[in-house]
Amino acid sequence: MGNLIPFWFIVIAVLWTGFFVLEGFDFGVGMLHGAVGQDDAGRRAAINTIGPLWDGNEVWLIVAGAAMFAAFPGWYATMFSGLYLALALLLASLIIRGVAFEYRGKHDAARWRHTWDGLLTAGSLLAPLLIGVGLGDLLHGLPIDSSQNYTGSFWDLLQPYGLFTGVTLVLVCALHGATYLCLKTTGTMRESSWLLARRVAPAAGAFVIGFIIWTHVTAGRGFFLNLIELLAILAVLAAGWLVYEHRDGFAFAATTVTIASCIVSIFVDLYPNVMVSSTSPAYNLTVHNTASAPYSLKAMTVVVIIFLPLVLAYQAWTYYVFRRRVSRDQFVQGPPPTVPPQAAGPPSPVPGAPEPTVTPPGRSPA
Amino acid sequence: MQLDLARIQFAFTTINHFFFVPVTIGLAFLTALLQTAWHRSGRDEYLRLTRFFGTLLVINIAIGVVTGLVQEFEFGMNWGAWSRLVGNIFGAPLAMEGLAAFFLESTFLGLWLFGWGRLPRRVHLLTIWAVSAGSLLSAAFILAANSWMQHPVGYTMVNGKPVLNDIWAVFTNPVFVWGYAKVVLASLTTGAVVMLAVSAWQLRHGGDRGVFTRSARLALVVLVPAILFTMLVGDELGVIEARYQPMKIAAAEAQWTTCQPCSFSLFQIGGGNNDQTPTQIIAIPHLLSLLATNSWNGKVVGMTPLQQQYSKQYGPGNYVPNVFIQYWGMRVMAYLAVLVLLIGLWGLWLVRRRAVATSRVFLWVAVWGAVLPFLMNTAGWFLTESGRQPWIVQGIMLTKNGISPTVSVTWLWTSLIGFILLYGTLGTVDLLLMLRYSRKQLPAPRAGADVDTPLPAVQY
Repeated sequence: MGNLIPFWFIVIAVLWTGFFVLEGFDFGVGMLHGAVGQDDAGRRAAINTIGPLWDGNEVWLIVAGAAMFAAFPGWYATMFSGLYLALALLLASLIIRGVAFEYRGKHDAARWRHTWDGLLTAGSLLAPLLIGVGLGDLLHGLPIDSSQNYTGSFWDLLQPYGLFTGVTLVLVCALHGATYLCLKTTGTMRESSWLLARRVAPAAGAFVIGFIIWTHVTAGRGFFLNLIELLAILAVLAAGWLVYEHRDGFAFAATTVTIASCIVSIFVDLYPNVMVSSTSPAYNLTVHNTASAPYSLKAMTVVVIIFLPLVLAYQAWTYYVFRRRVSRDQFVQGPPPTVPPQAAGPPSPVPGAPEPTVTPPGRSPA
Repeated sequence: MQLDLARIQFAFTTINHFFFVPVTIGLAFLTALLQTAWHRSGRDEYLRLTRFFGTLLVINIAIGVVTGLVQEFEFGMNWGAWSRLVGNIFGAPLAMEGLAAFFLESTFLGLWLFGWGRLPRRVHLLTIWAVSAGSLLSAAFILAANSWMQHPVGYTMVNGKPVLNDIWAVFTNPVFVWGYAKVVLASLTTGAVVMLAVSAWQLRHGGDRGVFTRSARLALVVLVPAILFTMLVGDELGVIEARYQPMKIAAAEAQWTTCQPCSFSLFQIGGGNNDQTPTQIIAIPHLLSLLATNSWNGKVVGMTPLQQQYSKQYGPGNYVPNVFIQYWGMRVMAYLAVLVLLIGLWGLWLVRRRAVATSRVFLWVAVWGAVLPFLMNTAGWFLTESGRQPWIVQGIMLTKNGISPTVSVTWLWTSLIGFILLYGTLGTVDLLLMLRYSRKQLPAPRAGADVDTPLPAVQY
């Protein structure tokens, strides 16, 4: 089966990229839901655009972590014990964010909802920031000794490049979330999502260009940008232009490419290292000195080849099932409007057709 | 100090995580049964129950997922040296768990939750079964990993490092096969007890009698065989563990000297690692022989000879786990299981007499019985995990050598206090919400004319 070590590096890069492409707009929606939804109904509508999807998207992170553990135990051990407090903070923000989705609608009180709205925004902002700091640190280098142990303090994690990476990811996620909301909402919400996207786009563009150049310089691989780095810059410029042109679908495609190429460029510039040691280049963690045994890689290759396409298929199906726009009117409280009687069975949705406006009985706060 | 803090943190987060896991596994299965009953019979009661218990399931899954994320990160954060050593074996089932189980569970939960009225009924029914399958599968992978630490198989030692050479051995490990069966059955027990308790509360407080009698009956019909088989499988698991981890079982009986045949004491006064002659009360002859070896006159090697043997084999050290935890972990687990079984049998007897909805004493007991499986499960995990000590991987690595060498005491304290505050707050909120929703009215029955309209999707 040949050498599976590079293959597994690619798998891990793919998993991280998948995570950011999908959870990226979830983070963005989490950050922006308060700004897009002017009132409670609007905020609920914004959250419900990702309602059925965010949980499955977050699993990409779990699998990325587990794949690192299995394929590159040395990488996983050094990174997770080194980034200890940053990861503890990340866990806290992911936990708070996850329960905020679930709990905010379970109790009908303004203060309760306000609290969870605030926590959702904070968690959605902190999570990409912290992951960005972590990914940036891999490339920038951390104090690592000859036995692959991190020897720095918490403050050593906060490198300027890492922080810049974190802020870039926050902005890209915000833009990605805004273009997603343009696609998934209606009426005034759609307009305010568009205005937000316009407002975020220049900053996101500036930071992505800065990030790509900084990454290229940090990696120190010649003068010319590589294809992925070029793609990131072109994509973010295209995204900005498409946002201004109000071409929602293409704008979302462009932010998808932007976020994907930003993540991929980190991994491309990292290879064959997985963590750079600022103590001595001789102590760099590489795919080879951290990799699992060949047999383990082989066993997992079989599993990933079977299951990853399957996962992609049913997640794609989920996106198809929930492809319709979410309207604020669905969440306005009041007497439940009557549902026009129609035959049971699969609804036959016309793309863009308004949804039947209903109030859920089981979970409505009324 | 680092070792203690890392262990306390892992124990704290794991115990909390495992409050939610068995409820998820059990309730997902029971909810799927309810929806199947609705699908086949078309009776509105089952639909209302599906929606009602589905809401409880969802509240519970949310926190189960996020606490599970903590578990995965903690392996690397707190146990760096261990991750480095065993990642090529332990990591494999963990990665498979994510790919094969977590994706399935999370994606289909979204589909089920928001798919009401959007998916064809038959497909929608399949989604809840996919959630249940995902939760069952994920338990399988993580237990295969855990069982490998109890009884390492399928590897060779290369330069002092275990290297996987047979993945099938990991999934046919007898400790895994029996341990998995036990966890699934205990989870069904937990889910059924929760469903019974909620139904009982509703019946006591004027909930719809016709509907909640049905769910109480379903819970009881699942509960009695589930707890019975949990005990039988647990007995076999004890025999297997006695073979591979004799110290664990000897400590569970506080058996310092070798005995044949061996008796089982119901209680003891004193005992522990520094008291080798506790006063044991009501010793049942031959019972320990039966439990540990499946034979009337089986021999159980005591902790003192095992300690001598291990010192010779692995070098000087203390190889005796915490005897107090072992002895009482075993008993709390077993006695509570008997109690749960008795409640279940009592309930079934009342069901036969058509009196389950009216026996106020039983309903009161059933409500408070909800606490029992959680204590039982926790005691069981104490027995399993503390009994492996001082090993993190039996015979391969000591727990004290598994920690992250450069993680400082300050970091550990910070994260430990943070997790306690976070879990404490969210656990309380979760419990209050579960209680609130358990006490809520059922979703209203749909008027005759409505029956054919699509159900509204559930929304945040």
